[in-house]
Amino acid sequence: MTTVYSDRGDDAAAQVPMRRIKFTVNGEKKIAEVEPRLLLAHLIRQGLRLTGTHTGCDTTNCGACTVLVDGQAVKSCTMLAVQVDGREIQTVEGLASASELHPLQEGFREEHGLQCGFCTPGMMLAAKALLDRNPDPTEEEVRWALSGNLCRCTGYQNIVKSVLWAAAKLRAQAPAD
Amino acid sequence: MYPSRFRYEAPHSAAEAIRLLAAGGDNAKVLAGGQSLVPLMKLRFAAPELVVDINNLPGLSYHRADPDGTLRIGALCRHADLERSELLARTQPTMAAAAPLIADPIVRNRGTLVGSLCHADPQGDWASVVLSLGGSVVAQGPAGRRSIPMTDFVTGPFQNLLAPDEIAVEAVIPAAQGERRGGYLKLERRVGDFATVGVAVSLETSGEVVRRAGIALTGVGGSTIAATEAAAALTGHSLTTESISAAAEAAAEAARPRTDHRGSAEYKRHMVATFVERILTRCTAEPAERAA
Repeated sequence: MTTVYSDRGDDAAAQVPMRRIKFTVNGEKKIAEVEPRLLLAHLIRQGLRLTGTHTGCDTTNCGACTVLVDGQAVKSCTMLAVQVDGREIQTVEGLASASELHPLQEGFREEHGLQCGFCTPGMMLAAKALLDRNPDPTEEEVRWALSGNLCRCTGYQNIVKSVLWAAAKLRAQAPAD
Repeated sequence: MYPSRFRYEAPHSAAEAIRLLAAGGDNAKVLAGGQSLVPLMKLRFAAPELVVDINNLPGLSYHRADPDGTLRIGALCRHADLERSELLARTQPTMAAAAPLIADPIVRNRGTLVGSLCHADPQGDWASVVLSLGGSVVAQGPAGRRSIPMTDFVTGPFQNLLAPDEIAVEAVIPAAQGERRGGYLKLERRVGDFATVGVAVSLETSGEVVRRAGIALTGVGGSTIAATEAAAALTGHSLTTESISAAAEAAAEAARPRTDHRGSAEYKRHMVATFVERILTRCTAEPAERAA
């Protein structure tokens, strides 16, 4: 990623504290030079050009920027990019394979889980973190897990249905023990 | 929104973190969960020149009980760890009630209890809970460790007693005298909002007699309020309708609420009494938790 600064002399330029980080995003290894104040959301959107991760409120409220870091849902507007050094990030782009949607994506399509779609990537990743931990959640558990993600189209009913749809499909796909 | 420029260090030992903090002086900040600090930095309310990220320090993610029942919570123990903790569900009713009410589920994956105590937001839930339990914070600095009672730790809104070269490494909840009862209730407009009113009640009982009581209030004053007179109304007696009403009334009197967009001062004061009464009434109905 290229960052361009106003030229205030070499001394000022030397004070920009750049750091090199290594991380994995959706299974691909990456190296980035980042300023410590760069937020993870901006590394993802501007550095990696993965614009499926949205920034909504930018104040830790809405959850639109939710991604998985080492499998755990985090608000990427509230984590520094330098903090993912050595870690694994998953964004909405990592859900589908080349030919097939992830069951969560199918669920959102089947159950009309989105209207404008802005909150959808965050919803899906928060839901994925839930289903990875709890493959058979109750409706109440889905609502609880998504309570940090806001939808301003007020589409919560269908979002919850979509996640339950995906959970059922994932369970059906899972190899029997 | 970008924070102001800062230098970033992520040391792998507490000694190194403390050395960095000592060199950074007043312009250095410790970063743990970052769920309060990063938003403040983005708004430029906080503009540290040096951020010391302690997430790489080993062995701080724990919460565990000593053989005598003393509970220890490490600086990197996340809210989500406490929310899912069987140990808390079994032995710490006030903490188990509060953990799922902190912020929202995604914030709970990162945020820490110890960080929340350090942040000292008058609307922070954990400070009330730890205060009600008679807890303390362990600070580590160049000269070693010291224990700071929660009653002294918060010195004002967003201010704590830590020296610039100290790190809060652990919160400690002393062992119960007898069995624990209690709870935490929080009125919030929606998930993730700050508490309009929060009430923590922690009792230690022998049979029906309350041996120790702690009541603390969130969001109804310039900082967390210890309702000591309300607690005193319970100590040494069994829980009766009269003692519960007396405690509820004393707690409401201890509150210093202000009218704002979350509600009128009168309403908040009323809710303090209602919550104290509700928690205590539940305590009379439910079996006590076994001490650890």
